[in-house]
Amino acid sequence: MIRLTFFLFLIGLLVAPNAKGAGSSYPLEDAQVDLGDKASLFRGAQTFMDSCASCHGAKMMRYGRIAEDLGLSDEQLAMLMPTANSKPGDTIQTNMPSDYAFETFGIVPPDLTLVARVRGGDWMYTYLTTFYEDPDATWGVNNAVFKDVGMPHVFAAQQGLLQPVYETRGEGEDAREVLVGLEAPERPGTMSQEAFEQKMRDLTAFMVYMAEPAALLRAHYGPYVLAFLFIFTLVMYLLKKEYWRDIKH
Amino acid sequence: MIKSLGKWVDDRLPVSHFWNAHLAKYYVPHNFNFWYYFGSLLLIVFVLQIVTGIWLTMSYKPSAENAFASVEYIMRDVEWGWLIRYLHSTGASFFFIAVYLHIFRGMMYGSYKKPRELIWIFGVLILLVLMAEAFMGYLLPWGQMSYWGAQVIISLFTSIPVIGPDLAQWIRGDYVVSDATLNRFFALHVIALPLVLLFLIGGHIMALHEVGSNNPDGVDIKENKDQSGKPVDGIPFHPYYTVKDLFGLGVFMFIFAVVLFYWPDGGGLFLEHPNFTPADPLKTPEHIAPVWYFAPHYAILRAVPDKFLGVVAMTVAILILFVLPWIDRNRTRSIRYRSKAFKVNLFAFAAAFIGLGYLGTQPPTPLGTLSSQLLSAVYFGFFIALFFISRRERTKPVPERLQ
Repeated sequence: MIRLTFFLFLIGLLVAPNAKGAGSSYPLEDAQVDLGDKASLFRGAQTFMDSCASCHGAKMMRYGRIAEDLGLSDEQLAMLMPTANSKPGDTIQTNMPSDYAFETFGIVPPDLTLVARVRGGDWMYTYLTTFYEDPDATWGVNNAVFKDVGMPHVFAAQQGLLQPVYETRGEGEDAREVLVGLEAPERPGTMSQEAFEQKMRDLTAFMVYMAEPAALLRAHYGPYVLAFLFIFTLVMYLLKKEYWRDIKH
Repeated sequence: MIKSLGKWVDDRLPVSHFWNAHLAKYYVPHNFNFWYYFGSLLLIVFVLQIVTGIWLTMSYKPSAENAFASVEYIMRDVEWGWLIRYLHSTGASFFFIAVYLHIFRGMMYGSYKKPRELIWIFGVLILLVLMAEAFMGYLLPWGQMSYWGAQVIISLFTSIPVIGPDLAQWIRGDYVVSDATLNRFFALHVIALPLVLLFLIGGHIMALHEVGSNNPDGVDIKENKDQSGKPVDGIPFHPYYTVKDLFGLGVFMFIFAVVLFYWPDGGGLFLEHPNFTPADPLKTPEHIAPVWYFAPHYAILRAVPDKFLGVVAMTVAILILFVLPWIDRNRTRSIRYRSKAFKVNLFAFAAAFIGLGYLGTQPPTPLGTLSSQLLSAVYFGFFIALFFISRRERTKPVPERLQ
């Protein structure tokens, strides 16, 4: 009974839901992030540098660290770095001056180093794949998990413009249009749906890695530490048993 | 040579006396169970926090401008910095897990009763200082939750009549939580409070070793001694409990390592997700939630509609523990020999504490507030009920010897 209470206590602590991705009712899709897939992370890094880094910085991430963690060759590293003068020790900085960004977007695009730790991988992936056409919005697009987002749909050409499906909820004065789903674009994008989703998975995986590069180290050292502690505990158990043999219990 | 050096030192410093008094000839009951691991574990976790803390301060910058970036610097650029940081941040959560289980052990087996009242009082003081220590440490990463959590908690002081606003400003050193606050919290977190904790832990253990440990039967083993004056139901702490506690340490460290290497933010409980955004005094987060170990007290605070009375309730919820030895008027220590009413009361208390902990992390809802009020009533009701239950409680006979 007592022991059961203790375990319920621990489980209760651990499964208490967290507020990740709160504030939106749109269901999140599983990003299927696999940090062991270095090729996927590298493709994601390239997408990040091509499509995100012109407006967003990731000023805590060094190019050299990416190369080291993903096992990149010098040529691959050069493909990621913006100019021939860039050094591996440099961090990912955006070229866009913040006052220009503010004039254009009404907001300075946030630094993206840690965004995946704030939002979670599934939210990132869903965000990246659910831009849809909305003529009322500034950039002609809106987002299913980030309402009235200030960012244009960077991948509109590749994905095409998804069409929103609304339903009226409530009656009388309370009636309002609610987004319930997204449909295929009227004019398909340059990429197939599968290819686009894979590209976004790669990008999401890279951003999850970037938010915590130590995750790779954790996964690497974890088994050794646990194996050591298992053996240590076993030896201590046997030692305890040996010492306690003469204690009447 | 080494032996004579040892004797030279021992003639001038009571090394072997200390060793015998507190380990080799310190007699403890032989029937300690699972719940008795947490005392020594807490000591080890305390040392772990001190050591990892020292290494963190080598790279951490206590300023509003640099604090957040310096923590990420530790996570990325400092060799093994990520491990040191996770040991410290996850260590804080495991500290509280162990502390709460340790306290519950004391309540189950009546370890607060005569002659151990002072040990208990030292323990509650340790809890209080530990909470202050954790609260101040949580500001240091200077993330959104660090900032706004501190803002909310310090602003509670403003609800104190007359001196409140000035007191809050005195604590912050500014009109809002700012660089000045961060700096003084750093000083208190790394020097002042750890020193206080060290003295309190010293007092806790000295008081314990003066009267000896309680046990799951609540039997006084000093009542039964053999001719040489050793308790017949006692065994020397060393080597018996040193090896046993090493085994307990192994299990604890294994669980700790699983979390550390595979789940270091505890799904947002040990490291809250919004705290990976730098503190922004102009942008209040949608939902400000305390870390899990403060959540029960936070739920009690929110359960009371009036802010000042809420602060009073939250404070009393902790301070009432000081008088537990006098609220419980029954002499039988262990839950094993106490009445059904006592058992129900105690487990209701534990359930209420866990329930409040859950509610404290959730955004406020009418149902949540109602539940918090109910569970707060159970929490305080425990002490009131105990006062009356323990008056004329039908207890089972306590055996002479350990079972």
